[in-house]
Amino acid sequence: MNVLRTFLVRAGYAVVLLTAVLVLNFSLMHLAPGDVADTISQSMGGADQELLDQIRADYGLDQPFLVQLGRYVGGVLQADLGFSFFYNEPVTKLILERLPATLLLVFSAQILALIVGVVLGVISAQKPNGIASYLVTFTALFGYSAPVFWTGILLLIAFSLQIPIFPVAGMRDVTVDGNFWVEAADIARHLVLPMITLASVFLALYSRLARASMMEVLGSDYVRTAKAKGLSPREVVYKHALKNAVSPVITLAGLQFSAVISGAVLVEAVFSWPGLGTLAFQSIIARDTPTILGILFFSALVVIVGNLLTDLALRLVDPRVGGRK
Amino acid sequence: MALLEVENLRIELSTRDGTAPVIDDLSFHLDAGETLSFVGESGCGKSMTALALMGLLPERIGRIASGAIRFDGEDLTKASPARLREIRGNDISMIFQEPMTSLNPVFTIGEQIAEVLRAHQGLSRQAAWDHAVELIDAVRIPNPKGRAGDYPFQMSGGQRQRAMIAMALACKPKILIADEPTTALDVTVQAQIFDLLRDLRAQTGTSIILITHDMGAVAEMAERMIVMYAGRKAELGPVAQIINHARHPYTQGLISCVPHLHDVLTEDRPELFEVPGIVPSLRDFGRDECLFASRCAHVTDQCRSARPPEKSFEGGQIADCWHAEAM
Repeated sequence: MNVLRTFLVRAGYAVVLLTAVLVLNFSLMHLAPGDVADTISQSMGGADQELLDQIRADYGLDQPFLVQLGRYVGGVLQADLGFSFFYNEPVTKLILERLPATLLLVFSAQILALIVGVVLGVISAQKPNGIASYLVTFTALFGYSAPVFWTGILLLIAFSLQIPIFPVAGMRDVTVDGNFWVEAADIARHLVLPMITLASVFLALYSRLARASMMEVLGSDYVRTAKAKGLSPREVVYKHALKNAVSPVITLAGLQFSAVISGAVLVEAVFSWPGLGTLAFQSIIARDTPTILGILFFSALVVIVGNLLTDLALRLVDPRVGGRK
Repeated sequence: MALLEVENLRIELSTRDGTAPVIDDLSFHLDAGETLSFVGESGCGKSMTALALMGLLPERIGRIASGAIRFDGEDLTKASPARLREIRGNDISMIFQEPMTSLNPVFTIGEQIAEVLRAHQGLSRQAAWDHAVELIDAVRIPNPKGRAGDYPFQMSGGQRQRAMIAMALACKPKILIADEPTTALDVTVQAQIFDLLRDLRAQTGTSIILITHDMGAVAEMAERMIVMYAGRKAELGPVAQIINHARHPYTQGLISCVPHLHDVLTEDRPELFEVPGIVPSLRDFGRDECLFASRCAHVTDQCRSARPPEKSFEGGQIADCWHAEAM
């Protein structure tokens, strides 16, 4: 009941926030020099002023800024993100085609980074000066300092070329055709390398935070109480300590959602993953304003949904969140 | 045979300057159904003794260097970690000073109590929960059924300490160690907690080791007391006898420190009594001399030359002071 109400309030905020993002993005794009007409004329090998005006009139670019903005926002409210001249398709359709691939990559990488990061953090916190702890620290430092595209290429060379166990690029094999499970397995096989690449950066962050947070919790009074009750070390660490230590990690994971999405752009480019990142990359080069705006809009949406999920997860873990009284 | 016998216990703590004996040659016993109180300033080794009894000395920092802790004839210093876990929370349990932080904030009170019952008595989830509700009732928290589902942050300090007591007494332990159980609580709540402990002791026959620096609490709760100073026993014996005639200058100082409300009100607020000086630093704990010498009004050269021997008096009173007979 309480959760539902908070959820609705948050959803209300989200709508306001999204509208602000929309207006801001549109204004920024408008400030940037060059428009669709320039790109089209370039691809035609040049055009005279009359043709440029003609194109601008066709796309409504000759209208005053506020009119354009109003039209755009009005369109978005009706689930119409405009029309991409570059792909010759409605932007909404373009994005919805690619969104699942990005969501799959982003969420799987995020979950992998969280689970592995927390496990590594917990292991290294128990013996802060042990070999395992140094190994985790080193791995984390490596994952964090290596640029994500470099890690990706390295993994590609290692596990697609030298030891060819994973496919080089794409999301599915055109020759694979069968029932749902066969195709799912094929996608999973394609997903492994990009997912690991994207997760490596965040895994490093989460394992460091989990380690620090776990070490603090292990020294706390209630952990001593748990030991004094005669519970097994497993119960003390994985029940009493972990549930407390994991909150800051979840909070950080929520904050990192936007970073994961921007990281996904690079990872998608390296692995030719057919998601929003690749689309963003191409449409930026093509100055395909409606597509870029659409992608930014959806990125904001994913971040907001991600934060909402984070909040719900925190509530599950810590009863003090949400002010139950 | 006494329920618990501690013999020549020495606990060493690793510090930056080497190891220091935070408990130095401590011997005492605890009878079934008895309340024994440990008294002394902060850092005198009261809590270390308690943690050693529980087998919970800070890992890699504190260790039992020598001596024996015999519980029901079994030497706990030689017991395996698994055996110690069996005993902890079941035969010997402990309540801590800070009820605010000693309960896990993310589990309900009921769960935290039921967990002990599941671990030691193998009760099912439902049976353990039902029993937890009964225990919450036994420590006089109103509406036990409803409160069992509450989290610690939804309770007051006194209620949390009651919950801790319920948790500690869940398996009807033979020994309950209470480490300054009321220090963090309001005065009125303190009295309630002591009442509760006394009643529960009468019902269950549990022996209590009460660690405190509150002489009032000692007089109210305990039959015998041990006064600790700088890791060593200063004086041991029946509470009434010691309060009437302490044989160690430190004990006398502690007793004089308790202000008497009426005296303070009727006269023109006399100066409070204090024991001058401070506790020696951990580095000096092992020295072969009386560690209280620098603060003592009766100090002689003998006190600085060697550690004072135990001197026994009638009624089981023992004082570690060169001049105990003259006190």
